[in-house]
Amino acid sequence: MSAEQSPKIVIVDESPIRAAILEEGLREAGFTGVHHISEMQSLLARIYALDPDIILIDLENPSRDVLEQMFQVSRAVRRPIAMFVDHSDAASIQASVDAGVSAYIVDGFKKERIKAILDLCVSRFNAFAKLQDELDRTKSALEERKVIDRAKGILMKLKGLTEEEAYVLMRSTAMREKKKIGEIAQSILTASELLK
Amino acid sequence: MTTPLHIGFIPLVDAAALIVAVDRGFAAAEGLDVTLIREVSWSNVRDKLNIGLFDAAHLLAPVAIASSLGLGHVKVPIAAPFNLGINGNAITVSAALHAAIMGEADGDPFDPMVTARALAHVVAARRKSGAEPLTFAMTFPFSTHNYQLRFWMAAGGVDPDEDVRLVVLPPPYMVDSLAGGHVDAFCVGAPWNSIAVDRGVGHILHFVSDILVHAAEKVLAVRQAWSEKNREVLASLIRAAFRAAEFIEQPDNRAEVARLLAQPDRIGVDAEVIQRTLDGRLKISPDGAIRTSHRYLLVGREGAGRPDPVQAAWLYAQMARWGQTQVSPEALKTAMAVFRPDLFDAALGLAAAADRSGSRSIGAFAGPAFDPDDITGYLRSFDVIRRAP
Repeated sequence: MSAEQSPKIVIVDESPIRAAILEEGLREAGFTGVHHISEMQSLLARIYALDPDIILIDLENPSRDVLEQMFQVSRAVRRPIAMFVDHSDAASIQASVDAGVSAYIVDGFKKERIKAILDLCVSRFNAFAKLQDELDRTKSALEERKVIDRAKGILMKLKGLTEEEAYVLMRSTAMREKKKIGEIAQSILTASELLK
Repeated sequence: MTTPLHIGFIPLVDAAALIVAVDRGFAAAEGLDVTLIREVSWSNVRDKLNIGLFDAAHLLAPVAIASSLGLGHVKVPIAAPFNLGINGNAITVSAALHAAIMGEADGDPFDPMVTARALAHVVAARRKSGAEPLTFAMTFPFSTHNYQLRFWMAAGGVDPDEDVRLVVLPPPYMVDSLAGGHVDAFCVGAPWNSIAVDRGVGHILHFVSDILVHAAEKVLAVRQAWSEKNREVLASLIRAAFRAAEFIEQPDNRAEVARLLAQPDRIGVDAEVIQRTLDGRLKISPDGAIRTSHRYLLVGREGAGRPDPVQAAWLYAQMARWGQTQVSPEALKTAMAVFRPDLFDAALGLAAAADRSGSRSIGAFAGPAFDPDDITGYLRSFDVIRRAP
């Protein structure tokens, strides 16, 4: 069976970035037959057209339930699939659910071979989550920076302080009140709005 | 000292008892600190319950049974000590299919035998003219929606696997799919049928209570092993859900309940749409026609909360009828043991019922009366049936 050399893998994910990260990882690991589906309309028809050995789907995707239909014996289903869950492999299931990804294998594909693929998915999904997290933190740091700058401006104008003095005043207030400097800056902005 | 619990749910009106138990303080009064987690798929709810990320879940009754039998998935025994809803689904069809069925209907359009026979004529005419088969959507292979659609159309002579396409579609996609012509009809719970009508793209053809008078829909599910280790906590949870269900059934409380359920992190749709389903007073057609039924959705009333193993047996019989499993006495026993009236009775301090006297008739509109002791005989009475491979 040719699938033993390079299985055909379909990634179902509405996030193009995460799908790209996963696809890249799979290619680096030597899996060349990787396809990405981002459009959920007629999902099963798209999957049948590709006829994959393995289907990977993120857990935020409501269409996971559509894949479960492939367990059902019906005219719509050609090759039955099974979810990669094994009584013996609770750790793998836990890791994949934690990472937010789920894998389905089509009948005829060797179960042992999917372990490596799933491990790769888990690490790539976790990498994506970390990236997202960093991006969010960078964004909020930028936001905070802006708030502090505006608060500094208000203090400089109202109290005739230099930029350095305004910053020191906010920092020492933050330390005294056990708050973040961003929170103090926000209070200054709110107060100045109210007193306008 | 409070007990933290994580409970998963799907944003549907029949999660009401769970949501109200938490948001109206019934769970806290029982010493429970519940975090409700809104999920996007039944697969997620099932998997997270199975691996212990959730302590309990709002679950499709057939999924609890399939999971306990290891059908379609890894085998994890589930206990269902509380019924979150009886009935509550509806079949909604596109304007075109509605017109076609009404054109063929010979009798009361609320009689499911009349519409099922009409559907058979529509299907035959389409086949003759070379048109594509009709597509019906439901929510999950192991779902009440799947079995209710099948039961209905098969009674009219339509084979759900051969004569139409029956597909799984996540509830939030159903209305758009109907509007876009990707599906011709669907069977789903509230609020999605009403939303299709409000958007002017669907007609509610049947309340599921037309097809089955009394059908277990969603259960409060826990892992059986967890239920054994956490008897007291589970009893508290059952009591909280029971009190919430009683609260929901008081007509004076409905507006408040609808408001709680409408919150964005709960069901997240208009409170008015939710209240319609709680009141059983639904707009069924874009022209504004209203249909009222006291059987549309039962949360708590008529003893709805108490799980009935006969309901589990009926669902198991549907799995067998449609080839998802083969009938075996052991599996039937396992399926029936998922529904736990004993835990319900113990939690509420009720005397155990010695027999099945608490069972209400399923009241199917077609076929013989259901007998859990003779499922093979029951299934033999149907013409349209699929055998497990």
